[in-house]
Amino acid sequence: MKDQLLKFFKKIEPDKKKSPFLHTLYDGFFTFALVPDSVTKGKGVHVRDGMDLKRTMTMVVVAMLGSFVIGTYNIGHQHFLALGQYTGLMDGWYLKLAHGVIKFLPLYVVAMVVGLGIEFWYASKKGHGIEEGFLVSGALIPLIMPPDIPLWILAFSVIFAVIIGKEAFGGTGMNILNVALLSRAFIFFAYPTFISGDEVWVSGLEKIDGVYQSVQYGWAHHMFDAIFGWFGGDKFGAGGMAVVDGFSGATPLSLAAKGGWEAVTQVYSTSDMLWGLIPGSIGETAKPFIILGGLFLIGVGIASWRIMLSMALGVAFTGILFNMWGATPSMGVPWYDHFIMGGLLFAMAYMATDPVTGASTPVGKLWYGFLIGFFGIVIRVFNPAYPEGWMLAILLMNVFAPLIDHFVVQSNINRRTKRASKATAA
Amino acid sequence: MRNSIFRLTWVAAFLLVATGTWAQSSDGNNGSFTLPSLLIIVAIAVLVYLYQKSDNVLALETREGGKKSPRTRSLARSKVPSYVNGGPVKLLKKGYDILLEGEPSKEVQVATDVRTFAVQPGNFPGLSPIPKVLVEAGAEVKAGDPLFFDKNRPEVQYVAPVSGEVVAVNRGTKRSIAEVVILADKDIKYRQLDAPDYGKCSREELVSFLQANGAWPFIRQRPFNVLADAQDVPVNIFISTFDSAPLAPDLNLVVAGREAAFQEGLNVLNKLTSGKVILGLDARGTEAPSSAFTQAANADKYWFQGKHPVGNVGVQIHHIAPINNSDKVWTLGVQDVITLGAMFSERRFNAERVVALTGAELKQPKYVRTYLGASLTELLKDNLASDHVRIISGDVLSGDQKNQDSYLNFYDDQVTVIKEGDYFEAFGWLTPSEMRPTVSRTFRNFLFPNRRYKADTNTHGEKRAFVVTGQYEDFLPMDIYPQHLMKAILVNDFEKIEGLGIYELVEEDVALCEFACTSKQPLQKILRQGLEMVHEQG
Repeated sequence: MKDQLLKFFKKIEPDKKKSPFLHTLYDGFFTFALVPDSVTKGKGVHVRDGMDLKRTMTMVVVAMLGSFVIGTYNIGHQHFLALGQYTGLMDGWYLKLAHGVIKFLPLYVVAMVVGLGIEFWYASKKGHGIEEGFLVSGALIPLIMPPDIPLWILAFSVIFAVIIGKEAFGGTGMNILNVALLSRAFIFFAYPTFISGDEVWVSGLEKIDGVYQSVQYGWAHHMFDAIFGWFGGDKFGAGGMAVVDGFSGATPLSLAAKGGWEAVTQVYSTSDMLWGLIPGSIGETAKPFIILGGLFLIGVGIASWRIMLSMALGVAFTGILFNMWGATPSMGVPWYDHFIMGGLLFAMAYMATDPVTGASTPVGKLWYGFLIGFFGIVIRVFNPAYPEGWMLAILLMNVFAPLIDHFVVQSNINRRTKRASKATAA
Repeated sequence: MRNSIFRLTWVAAFLLVATGTWAQSSDGNNGSFTLPSLLIIVAIAVLVYLYQKSDNVLALETREGGKKSPRTRSLARSKVPSYVNGGPVKLLKKGYDILLEGEPSKEVQVATDVRTFAVQPGNFPGLSPIPKVLVEAGAEVKAGDPLFFDKNRPEVQYVAPVSGEVVAVNRGTKRSIAEVVILADKDIKYRQLDAPDYGKCSREELVSFLQANGAWPFIRQRPFNVLADAQDVPVNIFISTFDSAPLAPDLNLVVAGREAAFQEGLNVLNKLTSGKVILGLDARGTEAPSSAFTQAANADKYWFQGKHPVGNVGVQIHHIAPINNSDKVWTLGVQDVITLGAMFSERRFNAERVVALTGAELKQPKYVRTYLGASLTELLKDNLASDHVRIISGDVLSGDQKNQDSYLNFYDDQVTVIKEGDYFEAFGWLTPSEMRPTVSRTFRNFLFPNRRYKADTNTHGEKRAFVVTGQYEDFLPMDIYPQHLMKAILVNDFEKIEGLGIYELVEEDVALCEFACTSKQPLQKILRQGLEMVHEQG
């Protein structure tokens, strides 16, 4: 297989001088299919570890697979839940899955194509290989979006995040702000109605004359209807159905902001929140799979356990503090219940642990994680307009991570200077 | 640090109880939360109490018994072998042992058919590339006769390791001297050395004897790992008596039969320093190291336990008496000490070397007894398993790539031969075709901790920007932030380079980090660049 693959690639290799962009593209796929025959040289190590950045990044994507699956399914589940149909988890599973795929796949494709396109273009301009960083960013971006986000907004946000957030700073490894979160922050400030409030977290609904109803299904749904028809299954139909009485679409967080934990439990059960069967960003709801993914990343040594642990401690500490204070209903949300609401776990496992934008010293990581936990809860509890804090907390700490590292590194330098002056004195 | 963590645990425990109680009072259905947390805390407290009590009892007992025994705390951390006998032990937790195939069999053969030797000026860091050569092709030399010297430091002579005929003075690029090649006699003739009595003579006399008779190049100075300057009096002289690098030679085997010369070398070195001669001893194995090391007189001894790079003298220095900016310390290899000692005990320049021929691409990995700078062609004759190999003078982490018609480096006592890795591998980053050494737990290797691997020279991926953090820190057992140091070197931040401890490092110390680096960065090259920059400015 290897020889055939090699022959095939040699045959289609474009000319590097004539079409640098094509060659970069080619090189990206070539090195993906075949690990190059480069060897160590002269001075320096003669053997290298089998690990490389491709594998590192792929492992992170592997850790997210569970979130992909449950997130996709939950898009459909929430849609039908709002309509009062198929309220059981597995009822009409194929319809829910189909709806989820129809919503999620375009988001993923757009994020990847736009982001990787820019990466490839910059790599060809700079004349180096394609760095794998965007494999993870591009997988994270759709997971932190509401399911109904218009594709053009998503494309804009990715363009902004990759060009301003990453390439302007020198590409992979040099960016200061987390690319995925930056794209979300872009939408949050530029098109806030598409990513905040109660109305965006359940897909396929529209408000006509103040009443929610499902949208008219498009060609994709009709295609699935045809397929399901062959097997005699249920169909989507034309759409335009009314939602159940009392539907609000509010997430636990906005409920908690208004009425505290009691208001949340009136609408959602704890187990639904834990298992992720609630409205929210696509990937953030599947808590068990996020926990599994996070543990996997710690186990294989890719994500920093220090950041995750200290962030959990930061959340617990701040939560307990507010619990004791208890001045507003949202302060009264028990600290341990914060963990099953919103994007906390997702941010902890995949966002805060980004090695490029996070603190890079072992001690710095502890502070970094703790402060993210602290600020995240503060924003969650105090921000009335948008009761979710992780995006802003992490972006804030991204900016401060170099400062934290500076203090840690400086203390190392001071320790050494002190030792030297002690030695000369003695 | 440990104490403050301990205290923090108590605070956290208190908060846990507090919230439990609070939660109970607020909504009434969390009652089951308080009792378990209270119970857990009580259980932890009892355990801690028992532990401290038993620790104290043990300490009391040993004090009464007059014996020196470790407290439970240190027992829990590691098993210090009994042969250490109460000496100071340093346990290093960071590091990694790369296990490779091709370990040499444990007996030393005399390499009678190795007849060509060379001294290579390029081996000596700090020597000018065009030294003044004193011999011509065709000249007869005895072992210990001077071959060349640096015009900037004419007092330091570089001498012949064997007697015989100088067959060639080869030149390299820009008219530099690449090597002075000697075809050795069957029986080595030695120049009789007029060694002073080191017990009585002055330091200057001793130094000028060592310089004039070829022993000086054995002494290397830290920081920078360059030839020692006779003007300096070193704070200490460090010798590591074990090598932890992959497939490294067993120095106990090397010193066997030469114990007296080793001791004599230590005695001489004692006269050169204002401080001490310090040996780093191996406490990793079940058996005690050679008595030449453990019973050595006139030397301080520290035991080390841990994984590579624990045997690196730089790592040991860091844990015994770290180098400060203005300090100079000297280091020597064990075989260099032996040669130096023999100059006094045998009054001749006996450059005999035990060399380990290692690596998976050798038919018979073994130890051979030969002399300094032996020809690799002759060393590896009829022993190579294939043609397509990488020959390394030294170990796979920090050795030198060599042509087969080249010679063993001056400071090396190991040859490693591994396969060249210039092959393509389909989806090798995802599903490698065979298991290879790795520190990453994303491979199944970690399930087989004792497995040995056939390594090759493939880079297994391309060079990338620094992305992963915290990786280097796990493989450098020093209080240094390697990644920040490397970045400081790349941007020429002179103050930070100095502050982050470049004086304590040489290339071999960061070699393991370079091996593990996900982004395939050339850390040793970057460090050398930084060392040269600091060396020039200072």
